[in-house]
Amino acid sequence: MADTDESQTDGQNSVDPSEVEDAPSLDEVLQQSHKPTELDTTAPPVLTVDNLRMYFPVHSSGVIRRKVGDVQAVDGISFEILRGGSLGLVGESGCGKSTAGRAITRLYKPTGGSAKFGDRDLVKLSTRELKPLRRDVQMIFQDPYSSLNPRHSIGSIIGAPLRIHNMVPKKQTLSRVQELLEVVGLNPEHYNRYPNEFSGGQRQRIGIARALALQPKLIVADEPVSALDVSIQAQVINLLQDLQKEFDIAFLFIAHDLAVVRHFCPEIAVMYLGKIVEIADRETLYQRPNHPYTQALLSAVPDVKQAAIGGRRERIMLEGDVPSPINPPSGCRFRTRCPLAREICAKVEPPMVQIGPRHKVACHFAGELGNHPHDPVTARMLGVDNDGNPDPGATPTEIEETPGFNDVWFDLKERRTVKPS
Amino acid sequence: MSSSTEPKVGGEAAQSVVDTAAPVTSVASKSPMQLAMARLRKDKLSLIALGFVLFFVVIGLTSPLVTHFGWIDPLTTNQDLVDPFGRPVDKWGGISLSHPLGIDSIGRDLMSRLWSGVSLSLFIALSGTALAMILGVVLGIVSGVTGGWTDAIIGRIIDLTLAFPQTLMLLALASTGLIMVQKAFHTPAGNPTAAVYLIVVLGLFGWTGIARIVRGQVLSLREREFVHAATMMGASKYRLYFREILPNLWAPILVTFTLMMPAFVSAEAALAYLGVGINAPTPTLGNILNDSISYADLVPTFFFIPGFTIAAIVVSFNLLGDGIRDALDPKGHQ
Ligand SMILES: Nc1ncnc2c1ncn2[C@@H]1O[C@H](COP(=O)(O)OP(=O)(O)OP(=O)(O)O)[C@@H](O)[C@H]1O
Ligand code: SF4
Ligand SMILES: [Mg+2]
Repeated sequence: MADTDESQTDGQNSVDPSEVEDAPSLDEVLQQSHKPTELDTTAPPVLTVDNLRMYFPVHSSGVIRRKVGDVQAVDGISFEILRGGSLGLVGESGCGKSTAGRAITRLYKPTGGSAKFGDRDLVKLSTRELKPLRRDVQMIFQDPYSSLNPRHSIGSIIGAPLRIHNMVPKKQTLSRVQELLEVVGLNPEHYNRYPNEFSGGQRQRIGIARALALQPKLIVADEPVSALDVSIQAQVINLLQDLQKEFDIAFLFIAHDLAVVRHFCPEIAVMYLGKIVEIADRETLYQRPNHPYTQALLSAVPDVKQAAIGGRRERIMLEGDVPSPINPPSGCRFRTRCPLAREICAKVEPPMVQIGPRHKVACHFAGELGNHPHDPVTARMLGVDNDGNPDPGATPTEIEETPGFNDVWFDLKERRTVKPS
Repeated sequence: MSSSTEPKVGGEAAQSVVDTAAPVTSVASKSPMQLAMARLRKDKLSLIALGFVLFFVVIGLTSPLVTHFGWIDPLTTNQDLVDPFGRPVDKWGGISLSHPLGIDSIGRDLMSRLWSGVSLSLFIALSGTALAMILGVVLGIVSGVTGGWTDAIIGRIIDLTLAFPQTLMLLALASTGLIMVQKAFHTPAGNPTAAVYLIVVLGLFGWTGIARIVRGQVLSLREREFVHAATMMGASKYRLYFREILPNLWAPILVTFTLMMPAFVSAEAALAYLGVGINAPTPTLGNILNDSISYADLVPTFFFIPGFTIAAIVVSFNLLGDGIRDALDPKGHQ
């Protein structure tokens, strides 16, 4: 491997914020070369995911394998990705991010819900109907060491989608492959090499070239940089950003911490145990998170700007383990670890409520850090009292849960629906 | 990225990443298989084994030719060369210029018999191995990729096959089996039918090991992201099984192949001893050894030469198999 000029890491979670505090953070590195991606909120959505569910059956052991339950890996998530936009999907390991990505790209057959891509519902299509849509929706994988077939040269890896979909005449496959290699910043003469001759970062570029080959409109990137060194993470994110601008591709960018998506994603959804708990535009999510889980995740991100405005936030340590998705807690799934949990949290599931122009949160006690309300903001709309018991006197309001954002929303301070002037 | 790509494509991208684009060097590219071959070339013992294997293969391939031109003659008896007890009249088991390896108890040229015996034995072992490998690899891939009921059924068939008292059944069913083979394949009675019977039996009882190995490998390969990537591309089932997964199975296939060959060579010999298989006077390694056993203490060469040939085939194939395994999986033995 004479020309390997990137160092490699084997570990998957190489960015531990506590370890890299002295080195420039990923964000600082990224800031130097590229401006953060901005979002055009007037663009039409390319993907509308509504109440998507993905359950894996659990069978008993033994000869007669009865179904005894479900792993509720993804349990009703909704969001929109706008054209040219990129949504970050963030959450701890095991919360169902990959499953969500794989359900949308139809590596798995979802249990329910819909994922509208244009006027087609990706969830309902059969494998045969899906094939033409594969061109539009592509995926970048997490592990560059397992996402490339070690027995194929990179020319045949990148050429495969071209051949399967007959994208270019057979004779032009090679020149197109070389073009793609150049686009992702690799030497086009290396098309006949094998994956073992490339470093992690270079392999990830090969994976990106393969995804680009079909000229997709949407790319699901499942932790595309978490197996890479911090310095190489920045290069790969910059590359994705350039490609996004160049080819107008929308991204669903999956990551397990908030540091990685900050630069790339103007909108971010935070996931916990199969559900989205908060979704907002970048500024709101990083500066005024309203969900206790987002606040805890964010407190673990080293942040330059916060240092400037008076020191880092206190690190919020979450206690206990993530509960099993086979048997998730009743009510709010976060309640077993939430510092604010009260009675109502065990009884009623908090609905997803829009609380700002591009901000939704699912928590009974939604509020900025240190300013959480004393009584549940959701009680009235759910028709329950403050302890979560049904309140015969109250009239529940219809809670509209659409994947996108409305131009009216629920104001947390005034506790009523407001329409901005 | 429209179909007519402007020259500017990736201009910006290339700018930011130019540091990682490796300089153009003309290092010859090596596939994993080529790397393995390079490792094998450094392994002296395996190379010697390979030499022997090639020698036996050449012997096997040339046998019909040399017989055709009459250069060897495995069937003609020379009663004048043996005494009434079946011992060669000359010393050293009758080794002479015209019979370099001596003669057998009825004066047939041992070298000629071995030459065509190796050919027939290797042919039977090879066909049996091929049959077992095809069955095992296909069923193993299907079992591993499909999972569920298919997997369970194939698993039970494997258990059943393994639980079968093979040798006993073989002996008991030999006559019925021969008739069945003759009906099914319309082979001429006698040795062709016996050969097909042997091959079918070896294949039908031999596939389980490779099927299990392949299934296990497929189970782990199936979770590798490149399989998902192929699905993402819209790859067909055929492409998934045979273009993505199969190339990653060459190591166990090759190793099992080189280990199964010698096992079947010995199986043929053992069966010949039990009276199943190719009939005299056609030579196979099993027949020759079988003929010689009763003369073992009278004419040592008559027994040792075929015995040594079988041993050499078995050992050289086994050593080559081990060498290939080490070359393909260099970390496995550290
Ligand atoms: N094929 C499957 N069968 C059964 N359970 C599964 C399957 N795939 C995932 N799960 C379960 O679903 C849950 C979510 O898994 P998923 O891989 O989506 O998490 P993730 O958020 O991507 O985590 P990570 O950061 O580790 O990649 C986990 O509890 C996992 O055990
Ligand atoms: S609903 Fe209750 S348990 Fe859930 S996050 Fe909000 S306060 Fe915590
Ligand atoms: Mg994952």
